[in-house]
Parts: sequence; structure tokens; C-alpha cells
Amino acid sequence: MSSTLGATETTTALAPVVPGTTRRVERKGTYPYWFYLPAAIIFVIFFLTPTVLSFYFSFTRWDLFTSTWIGLKNYETFFNEQALVIGLRNTLIYATMTSGLKVVIGMLLAVLLTSKIIARGYLRSVIFFPVLVSTVGVGLTFTVLMDPEDGLINTALGAVGITGPDWLTNPSLAIFSIALVDVWQGVGLATVIFIAGIVSIPSDYYEAAEVDGASRFYSFWNITLPLARPAIATVITLSLIGGLRSFDLIWTMTGGGPGFASDTIASVIYKQYQAGFYGLSTAGSVVLFLLVTVIIVPLTWWLNRGEADR
Amino acid sequence: MRFSKKGRRGVALTALAAATTLFAAGCSAGSLGSSSGEGSAGGTTITLLTGAQDTDVASAKAVIDAFQAANPNITVKHDTRPGGSEGDNLVKTRLSTGEMAEVFIYNNGSLLQAIKPEQNLTPLDDQPWVGQIDPLFAESSKGADGKIYGGPYGTAFGGGVLYNIPVYKKLNLQIPKSWDEFMKNNETIKNAGGIAPVEQTYGETWTSQLFVLGDYHNVEAQVPDFAQKYTAGQAKYATTPAALAGWQHIQQVNDAGYFNKDFASAELTDGVKAVATGTAAHYPQLGATAANVENVAPGKSNDVGFFALPGPDAATNGMTVWPGTSAMYIPKSVEGDKLEAAKKFIAFAATQQGCDAVATGSAPQGPFLSKACKLPADVSQVAKDTQGYFDSGKASPALEFKSPIKGPSLEQICIQVGTGQVDAKKGAELYDEDVKKQAQQLGLPGWE
Repeated sequence: MSSTLGATETTTALAPVVPGTTRRVERKGTYPYWFYLPAAIIFVIFFLTPTVLSFYFSFTRWDLFTSTWIGLKNYETFFNEQALVIGLRNTLIYATMTSGLKVVIGMLLAVLLTSKIIARGYLRSVIFFPVLVSTVGVGLTFTVLMDPEDGLINTALGAVGITGPDWLTNPSLAIFSIALVDVWQGVGLATVIFIAGIVSIPSDYYEAAEVDGASRFYSFWNITLPLARPAIATVITLSLIGGLRSFDLIWTMTGGGPGFASDTIASVIYKQYQAGFYGLSTAGSVVLFLLVTVIIVPLTWWLNRGEADR
Repeated sequence: MRFSKKGRRGVALTALAAATTLFAAGCSAGSLGSSSGEGSAGGTTITLLTGAQDTDVASAKAVIDAFQAANPNITVKHDTRPGGSEGDNLVKTRLSTGEMAEVFIYNNGSLLQAIKPEQNLTPLDDQPWVGQIDPLFAESSKGADGKIYGGPYGTAFGGGVLYNIPVYKKLNLQIPKSWDEFMKNNETIKNAGGIAPVEQTYGETWTSQLFVLGDYHNVEAQVPDFAQKYTAGQAKYATTPAALAGWQHIQQVNDAGYFNKDFASAELTDGVKAVATGTAAHYPQLGATAANVENVAPGKSNDVGFFALPGPDAATNGMTVWPGTSAMYIPKSVEGDKLEAAKKFIAFAATQQGCDAVATGSAPQGPFLSKACKLPADVSQVAKDTQGYFDSGKASPALEFKSPIKGPSLEQICIQVGTGQVDAKKGAELYDEDVKKQAQQLGLPGWE
């Protein structure tokens, strides 16, 4: 950013000072227009057009061949859907739970993995490994592990005398079980971001605090946490967006079931698409887009403002 | 529906098939300069797309082998797709992108309407087998324009209750003719201990629908014009007591604790195995699924019988039947030699030779759809029981063959009721809403 600004200033300084032209010169930017063209074409064809079209199609009832304009009816139907109420609640539970746990557990792991322990590099790769595995693979594996009758988890619990719960088949538990798997899979990424944040804190602070007689916990609370704030903001934003649009893990593990008990907005949208209600599912996608925007934009603003204040 | 392993195997097979085709095409161009350029034998190659159940695959392979032996210049490749709503979606997408196999097997009845046969499929009215097919099947394989689009494949079958014959003998039970008798049998079975009275398999969601779908004979016995009024948006499940009964049955069986212990996670094959080996006494299911008995419980074919889902009145007892959920279709995009080959293939499946081949892969569980075919002498008990209902005229087609509307979420809503998340009345109301969405999507009058 700063280099771009610097370049613009230079251009402005070198340009002949003619009243009225300064603005145009400034807007011209660093590169000639043709340089932007390939990116602009890709952006318009693959991102802008579908977005605009999806807004249009959300007001129609269409199959793959024809479409009829029906105004706001899709939105009306979508908001009256029972699965949506469940889905909305589940999406919020899922997003906050996974995001919160990833921050807390990720931070603890990062502190552990930046300390002087044996085989640190190896342990760091181990924690990151689940991130690299396909989510569908993780989902299928855990469906088998969490089988209430002969799954490994409940068999193991049974061996020590605990009757394991019906992880995925109990309607009030299913969404939490999936969220735990999501945390297991995603916490590695949070940890790595936190490690980067912690490592970049100059050791002088800790030394100074030690000289002043601060306890370890005090250093963590007053040095590590505040200075790792940008990392925390990144992790919260990423995992919250991930949680709000969560779909693959839920779909492979329960398909939104039992019944609709673990549906999220994304799985509701997908089911409507499967059923051939294309207009309805497009309207749902627009709603999801707005929901993510409404939550993430103020949150990012708040997190970044806090950073600027310091 | 979850991503089944079979689904992805299907993708892999498709990719493999595509690669093989490319490879074969490359070969023939370089070798003898065969002008057709299709397949190394120089003949026509078409692909048959079927479901991915073991029995589907076995039947398809058997028919293909028999057909290729009779028509050496046509090569038929086989491809599979997932079932349930995932399969519906795949069929719709492939049709709309023009990448559908030359011949594909898919449901008739209301699901056929959802793929718009008039726009997407080749009419088959001029085919020699048209005069020989079962009238119920013909009726449900037509588009809105009255033309026949589906060729017969396999047999008709019933939707009712698979039961374990040894358990019935041991406990001295009679085939129930009314719902009360059925519940009494369940009580006896539960008190005997060790046997689940009613098997449910919610791990495979579509299996949950039978209590509602299989009850349609009883609905129609009480409200003869239900299908018509339902299609017009005038009759609802929640407000028609006869139609609500199916939902109440799910709730009653669950409330009484008659389900098997692992009902929430068990899958279709678990259910078939349970009723074949006698760990469960009843399994409300499509009769066609009994074709799997030999695979999951070898030697138990004659231990499984079949009866209609009982309604309120023993006098009107009868079976809801599916006059073939599978018909064979040709997409409109197929032309020339391939179209001829595809038509030949469908015609072959309607002959005794074709029917026999289908039967070797998947034991018949009801009468064949083509009158040119006779059942083998050693059919299963389920097939005999089903045939009995057909012969005595106590069979009526399921609602999905009398109305184009079937709500896509029926399976999930049945599970909601079966797991006690909502009661029967609420479940029926939710399904009415689901039906409304489907009717609006189909553009039917009277639903805005």
C-alpha cells in the first residue's frame, strides 16, 4: 500500500502543474490500463456477472430451461421455511462455537508450540496435518468413528465404563458433534497464525517484564494477548466466515439430519437446489450473502479499529 | 442423503469410461482407418446409466451381456449414479447440459414429470413393445403431452411390510388386515423379547417414507378422489384424516417403543438383514428391496414374506403398488445410429430374454411390466405375496403415479416424526408446505 502511495506522489510531483488535471493524473495509477484488462475480464465474467444474475434469478421461479418473474415470493417462502429457523439457529451456534473454540484452543496450542519443547517442528506439523486432509474424507471417517453402536469412540468409552452418547443421531446433539470435528480439523490453521503472531513479538518486552517481576501468566495476559491481537482478529474473521458458510462437513456427516436437526443455511440452500427449487435456493444464497456481510463487516471494522487505537 | 461411496465411485467410473472412450477413438483412427470412428469394433457404442445398488449393477450387466450377444455390432457401456435426491439432481443436471447417457434408468410417475419429458426425452410411442406393457406402467410413463417416454425395465412391486416368517410361526401370529391387528402383533413380539417389532433405517433417509407412501391404498379406499383434489391443492395431508393416518402410524410405533435400537443410524441393508434373520419382525419397505436378501443373508429368501400396510378397515385391505419405479429413457439429444441402438436396447429389455437377464441380477419381487415376459417358476415368497394382491385386484398405484406432485422433503419429515422431534399433525402440515413448493415449481394451477 505504502509503495503505491509513494509512486502516486512521485507521479503527481513530476507532472506539470496544470489546474484541473491533477485529479486525472492521480487516478491513472501505477500501471497502464491494458495491464488491468485480463484481471478485469476475469472478474467481470466469473464474479460480477454471476453475482448480478443471482440477484435477478432470486426474484424468479426458474428451472434449467425457463424463468418466470415472481417478485419477492421466493424470499417469503424461504423465510417461512421451518428448516430455515433451525438452520439459522444452527448456523449461528456452529459459527460462534467453532470460532470461539479455535481461538481459545489455538492460542493455548500456539503458546505450547512456541515454548522450548522437544520435537517442536514435528509437533507443529502434526497439529497442522488435519487442515491438509479433505473435509469430505474427515467427515466420512468421523461418521464411522461416531457410529453409536459400533463406532470406535463409543467402543472406547464403553471399555472404560462410559455409555457414549448418540453423537450424530441424537437430534439435539448432532450439530455440536459436527462442530467438534470442525474444530479438530481447523484448529491447526488457527495455531499456525497464532504462532506467527507470537513469534513476531520482540523478546525485549518479556525480558523487561521479567525484570519488573511479572509472573508468567501476567506476561501472557498483558504482553502476548494484546500484541497478538492482529492474529486473533484474523483467526476470528476467517473461522467465523468458515463457520457461517459451513456445509461440506455437515453434509457428509448427517446430511442435515436427523430430520432437519443439523441443517445450516448452506445445507438448506443445497437441499432446495437438489429438489429443483432453483429460484428459492438462489434467494437463499442472497440471504446467506447478506447475513455474512451483516456479521463480518461490522466485526472486521471493530477489530481493526481496536488495532489502530493502540 | 450423504455422499455415498458409490456416488464417487460413479464419478470415477465416468472418468474412466470417458478416458477409455478417448483411448478407443484414438486407436481406431490410427489403425484401420475405420470411417465410423466409434469403438474398436467399428460398431456403435452407447452407454447405459443405472442406479448403483448391487442388484441394479448386476441386472444391468446381465442385460448388457445378453444384448451384446444378440447384437455384436453394438457395444453398451455401463455407468452408475447415486440414488435419492442426489441422483435426481445428477439426472436433471446431465439432461440440461446435454451430457446424459444414451439410455438411462430413472423413476416414472411424478419424478418423471420433474425432468420435463416433453422437452428432454425422445418419445417412444412408435416402438413395438408399446402394446405389450402393463397399463398402469404405461399411464405413469407418459409426459404431459400424452406420449410414452419410458420403456419397461424389470418388474412392478408393492410397498408394504416385509416380515419374518419364522417369527410369525413361532409366536403363532396372523397376517394383520387392520392397523389394530398390526399393533397387537407388535405388542406380542415385543413381549416375547429379543426381537424388534418394527425395523427402521434412518441412516439411509429415503427408507423412512413407507408408512406414508405405502398407506395410499387405504387413503384412496376412504377418499376415492384424494389424488385429484390433492393435485388441485384442495386436499391436504394434515386436514384429511385418512391421509393423516400414515403420519400417526409413525408416531404410534415410535411412542410404543417398537423400533429397533439402532434405527437412527441403520441403513437399508441392515434393515433387510434384520428382517431376513429375524432380529426384527417387520420392516415397512418397498418389496423390491427384498431382492437384496440373498446378498445380505444367504439362504433366507423364503423366510421373508410381504403384506400390505394395514389401514383402519380389514374389509378394504389391499396393497399400494409401484408399477415399476424404473423405466428406461432416451434423452432428446441422441441421434442417428446411437438413437437406433438405444431403441433396440430398450426393445430388447422388454423381451423374455431381456426380462430373464434382469431377473438374474435382481430376483423379481412382483409381476413383469412387459406382458411378453413370464416370471420364472422359483420366485421369492415376496414376489408370490405381491402377485396375490395383483391377482385378487386388491392393488392400487401409489400417489406418485396418480399426481405429479411429490414433496422432496418427505423423507426428512418422516424422520422428524419418527425421532419424536415433531408430532404427526405437525409433520403432515410441514409436508403440505413442502408439496406446495413443488406444485408451484411445476407451475400447476391453483397453488399461488
